[in-house]
Amino acid sequence: MAYITKILFLIALVLGVGYFTYNIRKVISRIKLGQEVDTSDHKKQRWSNVVRIALGQSKMVVRPIAGLLHIVVYVGFIIINIEVLEIIIDGLFGTHRVLSFLGPVYDVLIGSFEILALLVLLGVIFFWTRRNIQKIKRFWAREMTSWPKNDANIILYFEMVLMILFLVMNAADLALQRGVAAGTFTSETASHYIQVGSYPVSQFIAFLFQGMSEGTLIVIERSAWWLHILGILVFLNYLYFSKHLHIILAFPNVYFGKVVPKGKFKNLDSVTNEVKLMMDPSADPYAAPPEGAETPAKFGASDVMDLSRIQLLNAYTCTECGRCTSECPANITGKKLSPRKIMMDTRDRLEEVGKNMEANGGEFKDDGKQLLDDYILREELWACTTCNACVEACPVSIDPLSIIMDMRQYLVMEQSAAPNELNVTMTNIENNSAPWPFNQMDRLNWKNEN
Amino acid sequence: MAEYMAQGKQPEVLFWVGCAGSFDDRAKKITKAFVKLLHNAKVDFAVLGTEEGCTGDPAKRAGNEFLFQMQAMMNIEVLNGYEVKKIVTACPHCFNTIKNEYPGLGGNYEVMHHTQFLKSLLDEGRLKVEGGKFKGKKITFHDPCYLGRANNEYEAPRDLLRKLEVELTEMKRCKSRGLCCGAGGAQMFKEPEPGKKDVNIERTEEALGTNAKIIAAGCPFCNTMMTDGVKNFEKEGEVAVMDVAEMIANAQDL
Ligand code: SF4
Ligand code: SF4
Repeated sequence: MAYITKILFLIALVLGVGYFTYNIRKVISRIKLGQEVDTSDHKKQRWSNVVRIALGQSKMVVRPIAGLLHIVVYVGFIIINIEVLEIIIDGLFGTHRVLSFLGPVYDVLIGSFEILALLVLLGVIFFWTRRNIQKIKRFWAREMTSWPKNDANIILYFEMVLMILFLVMNAADLALQRGVAAGTFTSETASHYIQVGSYPVSQFIAFLFQGMSEGTLIVIERSAWWLHILGILVFLNYLYFSKHLHIILAFPNVYFGKVVPKGKFKNLDSVTNEVKLMMDPSADPYAAPPEGAETPAKFGASDVMDLSRIQLLNAYTCTECGRCTSECPANITGKKLSPRKIMMDTRDRLEEVGKNMEANGGEFKDDGKQLLDDYILREELWACTTCNACVEACPVSIDPLSIIMDMRQYLVMEQSAAPNELNVTMTNIENNSAPWPFNQMDRLNWKNEN
Repeated sequence: MAEYMAQGKQPEVLFWVGCAGSFDDRAKKITKAFVKLLHNAKVDFAVLGTEEGCTGDPAKRAGNEFLFQMQAMMNIEVLNGYEVKKIVTACPHCFNTIKNEYPGLGGNYEVMHHTQFLKSLLDEGRLKVEGGKFKGKKITFHDPCYLGRANNEYEAPRDLLRKLEVELTEMKRCKSRGLCCGAGGAQMFKEPEPGKKDVNIERTEEALGTNAKIIAAGCPFCNTMMTDGVKNFEKEGEVAVMDVAEMIANAQDL
């Protein structure tokens, strides 16, 4: 019997971890559809960002209530998962609470896991209330269609159930330990439940199990144990389909986040080459491009493959929290633009392209769709003031503005599809070197006016 | 600048006036106020005059990288030709573009926003900033996106305002969370997309909510947007929109 459970456990573990790895590799290969970027610079600052923003969650606490609770849930969840280590060893080798040899350290560990589990539970309930009862505006915006809303709640339910299972498991264990110590439970199986750990929270649930038979308690304890670990494996595999992927991707994403001043937009090298050529009087504009020269790049982005790998990683990392959108001047004043939607659209389209490629043996078969127009509307792109509020607000260093800029570049440089007033402005700059139709020779007139 | 070059001299700093500062009637007043302060502090400065051209910021943010780089290369050629080392400008957009985006195209200069430059003059004891008529007046400062969030400068303008002994009251959305005036990203030059209201109205509403008598700005475009907003609420009789440089010049009756 013990033999069978060990094998079952191994199968569950291999399946859980295997499918997860399979999906993560899918994510990586999809991110690689994007353009390569050099990120070998600013190593020190990148690491310090990871420590401050990802580990230290410095941006979360800009909104103190949600921020602090998020830290509780995050720290709690991570630390409690040390317990998973023990569960895995126990499961594979048929031991029970294998780490208990740590003695007092073990007591402290289990004790703090329990307290954290309770805090996580409370935090998660609070989060659920904010979303569903208090209906905070940013969770009910246009792009928060049924799936994103359900996704958010599913995550919360998962965490609630996992925490409750953990506490029930401990409570049943405690009841068994007491029974064994008192000499009431004497079977061979019960003898596993030696007195270990401290149970500051579950001791208050243990009363529920008073008077239960040894067999019932063991069933409860074992079921909770199994459901807990299976739940964790399912949750692990849920990540890929969910915004909860951020618990992993936030770290690389922050590392690769923007490290130069927010106002610094990248200069397109392909354009620089052409402009230099145009301004160089000695260059022959009609000369054939030198042998082996790259075909002229497409300017800007109209689909996900034109974006950079960092932007695609951004899309997978987005937590859909909407902090960006709630600070966006365009969105606040009722425009269609929502930086969160830009990120969600990018992820959705990337998934679509990925699936398309899988179905066609690794080649992308034109599906007559693209990120522009089919997902992100021009009206959204043109409403942006490039104010960087979204970039500043994002707790995981996502840059929605960069995608907006790349798509504007496509519209203007590939399609000449700027709004009319902007075409006039640009013509003015071209002709008079100012956005207005003034004469360049009048530039210094202010000097002699009063 | 050409005159300096002819005499074989280098000015202490080049004042980059910018398109708004050169052509826009409201912004020209800021230019003149800043020039008065420069004279007053005996700063040896030059301007490019007719050799200055749009930095390309609106073109770049509109998505026209070609036009931006053309403008940038032309300006860099002029600036490098004059061996310019240090630039000050009263426009955060010019400031940001020259400081951050020109180096990659061969234009390396020390670039300061005029509030930073005035602050340094103050610290060096070359400029006197005193309360004068603004003493004790309630004033709120609207952070320009391209000075604040884009380049992390929140304190220089505030330090100057404090020196003016004003009662500085902050809007709820200020500094890194400041709300845009609605002009950036080339929005200044086009009609807004359909929505509930205009961004500058939203922002002016917030500024008026502080009961400040003056909305201090550090950008000619914010200035226009906020001035329009104030007019929209028919408050132009009670609330003024002023550049920090104008306030300092004004306080001293320059
Ligand atoms: S940069 Fe654009 S998208 Fe981001 S907050 Fe500002 S207006 Fe909104
Ligand atoms: S981009 Fe950042 S701030 Fe916006 S929804 Fe995604 S995670 Fe939140």
